[in-house]
Amino acid sequence: MSGLTRSDIDDIIRLVEASNFDELRLEMGDVKIELRRGGGVTMQDVPQAPVAAPAAVKQEAAPAAAKSETPAGGGKDVPSPLLGTFYHAPKPGADPFVKPGDEVKTDTVIGIIEVMKLMNSVPAGIDGIVTEMVAPNGELVEHGETLIRIKPL
Amino acid sequence: MSAIKRIFVANRGEIAVRVIRTCRELGIETVLGVSEADRDTLGAKLATRVVCLGPARATESYLKVDTVIEAAKGTGCDAVHPGYGFLSENKALAEACAENDLVFIGPDPANLEAVGDKLTARGHAEAAHVPLVPGGSVKTLEEAKELAVEVGFPMLIKAVAGGGGRGMKRVDRPQDLPGLFDLAVSEAAAAFGDGRVYLERFVTVGRHVEVQILSDGETVLHVGERDCSVQRRFQKVVEEAPAPRLSEGFRRSLCEAAVKFARHIGYKSLGTVEFLVDVEREEFYFLEMNARIQVEHPVTEAISGLDLVALQIGIAEGAPLALAQEEIRVRGHAIECRINAEDVFDDFHPSPGRVTQVWFPALPGLRVDTHMQPGAMVSPYYDSMIAKLIAWGETREAALDTMQRALSACALEGVKTNVALHAAIVGDPDFREGGVDTNYLAGLLPGLITEEDAA
Repeated sequence: MSGLTRSDIDDIIRLVEASNFDELRLEMGDVKIELRRGGGVTMQDVPQAPVAAPAAVKQEAAPAAAKSETPAGGGKDVPSPLLGTFYHAPKPGADPFVKPGDEVKTDTVIGIIEVMKLMNSVPAGIDGIVTEMVAPNGELVEHGETLIRIKPL
Repeated sequence: MSAIKRIFVANRGEIAVRVIRTCRELGIETVLGVSEADRDTLGAKLATRVVCLGPARATESYLKVDTVIEAAKGTGCDAVHPGYGFLSENKALAEACAENDLVFIGPDPANLEAVGDKLTARGHAEAAHVPLVPGGSVKTLEEAKELAVEVGFPMLIKAVAGGGGRGMKRVDRPQDLPGLFDLAVSEAAAAFGDGRVYLERFVTVGRHVEVQILSDGETVLHVGERDCSVQRRFQKVVEEAPAPRLSEGFRRSLCEAAVKFARHIGYKSLGTVEFLVDVEREEFYFLEMNARIQVEHPVTEAISGLDLVALQIGIAEGAPLALAQEEIRVRGHAIECRINAEDVFDDFHPSPGRVTQVWFPALPGLRVDTHMQPGAMVSPYYDSMIAKLIAWGETREAALDTMQRALSACALEGVKTNVALHAAIVGDPDFREGGVDTNYLAGLLPGLITEEDAA
């Protein structure tokens, strides 16, 4: 195996478990790893030596029950107004703008979308209670992608 | 430079599908950026991954440099293909790619600057000793009379500070020059606050002939010329390669001039040098250079057997061109018809809507580049081109016959199209003869539309 230690594999498993991802396929040099949530870990040495393709990660929407912390659940989707990187907090380490259970107004800032170093505040758009943080922190969101859910008052 | 593994396709429609097609052949992953209106397009289905850039309006999606860069980086792409139109010749995008470790599949910002501005490009053509439309600036009537000997009649007197078609006077005879010159100068001063004028030969019978250029920065090659004279209001409708009825010597001079221009500005990538051919005088003049892949590139691919998109990607990877000029051979003749969703009988108004049926016959020598599928929406936000039919034959006759068969047999329902217009052009004896000029289509249309109304 080229370059991946047992400790590296443990790190990878831990990262996937802590994320919203259900599946990871990683090719590095001539090693291929497949991780599936609920399944096992498969590793194989790829016989030929292809040009290492970047990881093809399939992101499946995590079941709402597993992520939502309020029993009520549901709520209206708040779509992203921009494509960019979505941040839950004003800066790394700070408290998030909102969390499930918080009451928000139309102009309450619920997150930031960064586009090429320019930070854009995202308003809630409606009065209500935050029910769920849908898009993960620090990840790319596309235009129209659900950021959070808010149950209207 | 190393092999490109994942390309962000920053375009839409048929050219997005075209780029994705070559990437699929080469094993390169693709990420397509779409607007909200293009989420369900064929390109979106064929790309490895799709991300939505913004709302339907191009200014809020396809034209946003920052969003394109953010999307390309955020999806792990190492290169950006800008297609044609949109940001394909946008210096800001090329620069942003360079600053963000993304390979821009096109020329560098310096090249874009050299050819982006028509006047700058003309300056380069002059320095490269490539012929320009005869003309020049003049301060007095005496200077104008002197220059008129070289420029000839008819000529245009243009205001240096004018633009958008304003501030131009056409002079048909030498005896009209003094009066019109004085008028032009005083009008220019009044309208633009600047009385400077320049003279330019007015070419009454002109053909639009362009040359395909390939350059890896060291080796500059051409892949022959294309004739794009069939135009309506400066929009190309039918293109072909090679250009009909040009002598071998003329063709060679044209291609050599294009190579000379590209070499002079140190051009690296794929590009096209456009010329105006003065039919009566048998001369050609540099018009401009397009620093991108063009809509009509398939006719060049048909006669040369080359994949221009693949070559463009290879150049961007830093690989030297594995081709010598002598190895590029053209064979036969190719014609392309741009099929638009438009109403030919209502002043060519775009005809958006849902395509209920789209089918093209599989004929030998027929290639179809399209993003249409049954059920696809032709939205009103973008240009109306929905397909390109490209017919190749050993002879021009054979190519025209194949095109005629394709136009008769194809099925395109749900939106109005210009298929009937193309059928009329391809069947027209004047067009069949070959070598029509840029006045051709405007002359053909009135008769066409009356016929159809009467039918």
